[in-house]
Amino acid sequence: MPKVSMTVNGKRVSADVEGRTLLVQFLREHQRLTGTHVGCDTSQCGACVVHVDGKAIKACTNLALSCEGANVTTIEGLANGTELHPMQAAFRTHHGLQCGFCTPGMIMAAIDMVNRLGYDLSEETIRHELEGNICRCTGYHNIVKAIQAGAAAMGGLKVAAE
Amino acid sequence: MYAFDFHRPATLRQANNLVGKVEDAKILAGGQTLLPTMKQRLASPAAVIDLSGVPELVGIEQKGRNLVIGAMTSHAEVASSALVRAALPGLAALAAGIGDPHVRHKGTIGGSIANNDPAADYPAGLLALGATIVTNRRKIPAGDFFTGMFSTALDEGEIITKVIVPTGAKFAYAKFRNPASRYAMVGVAVGKKGSSVVVAVTGAGSDGVFRWADAEAALGKRFNAKSLDGIKNPAAKELNSDIHASAEYRSHLIGVMARRAVTAATAK
Repeated sequence: MPKVSMTVNGKRVSADVEGRTLLVQFLREHQRLTGTHVGCDTSQCGACVVHVDGKAIKACTNLALSCEGANVTTIEGLANGTELHPMQAAFRTHHGLQCGFCTPGMIMAAIDMVNRLGYDLSEETIRHELEGNICRCTGYHNIVKAIQAGAAAMGGLKVAAE
Repeated sequence: MYAFDFHRPATLRQANNLVGKVEDAKILAGGQTLLPTMKQRLASPAAVIDLSGVPELVGIEQKGRNLVIGAMTSHAEVASSALVRAALPGLAALAAGIGDPHVRHKGTIGGSIANNDPAADYPAGLLALGATIVTNRRKIPAGDFFTGMFSTALDEGEIITKVIVPTGAKFAYAKFRNPASRYAMVGVAVGKKGSSVVVAVTGAGSDGVFRWADAEAALGKRFNAKSLDGIKNPAAKELNSDIHASAEYRSHLIGVMARRAVTAATAK
């Protein structure tokens, strides 16, 4: 079996995998990082969104071997010890989840949105940008609020640090 | 997913060798169509040759009056490219409307046109822009490249390396999206260069992307959405009918999308 090596949440990891092993399987089954979920397995729902080399992608629609040498961030890589990432904190504050199944993908998509579009996101922008993530509980309302607040909080941290 | 052999060349040369050698292989670009298709067993190649490790296939350059887009350039890169946005804002907008943000980070121009999905956006866009598809063997004008539903002029073992897109055209693409899949229910690309106008329709034709000759003739005389008044929409009997839209509805949408595209192409 071919070997794949990549950096996951800052840690160098490698494993022997099959050609057909998906990135999401590699993360969940080989690395035991089960925060990244498989919802639909057909690249519709976005529960499996992770960042590869700084960009949000659907881990159910990428082969692990295609990520050789890549830098991968999953939901587990966001918090600083027990301190939640500002986007995670915003989802908690604003009740941006009910069952929580879609939440890891929502949060990874939200941070990618901030990385591309900045800290000041309009409701319209957020709703449009969320078209690759499906939630079956919340009606999106609180997710949108959480992302808007989380983005602003990320911006505030940036300003405070400068 | 079923088991298959996996190859990841680091150069185009290695990729060329592999396509000649490995039997029953499929080329993997961004994988946003191929991998779901393989999961469903609608495709089941014995081997996959992944081009994601070939850096020479990625990038956008201005060369004279053309934009040269590497085959492995993602939709997100085309959408956000300063070069594309300046020279052909309609093409950047087309790329920005494909799939969703995560799909756009992986899906590529080369993969999209090699697949030639009858509801994909790029085939109509490249046809209307008079683009040229460059492979490891030859150059193919877009007009000869898209040969029917999921079918192209590509031969076995032929790899798309880049797409040459002439600039200087008035160009826009308007699509009525299926709200669930985000594929085009109907998409119309309009390109005008000099006196020549191309109107290319995707999502509607029973055999993939096609040109709408009557609209081209009318717009060639006067490039204005009003020129399409009195022109009959393409006949429903040539169009797709499915659970998303009847052929009659698609026929109507072609007229609407064509007008929107012309209006967008002339606005400035």
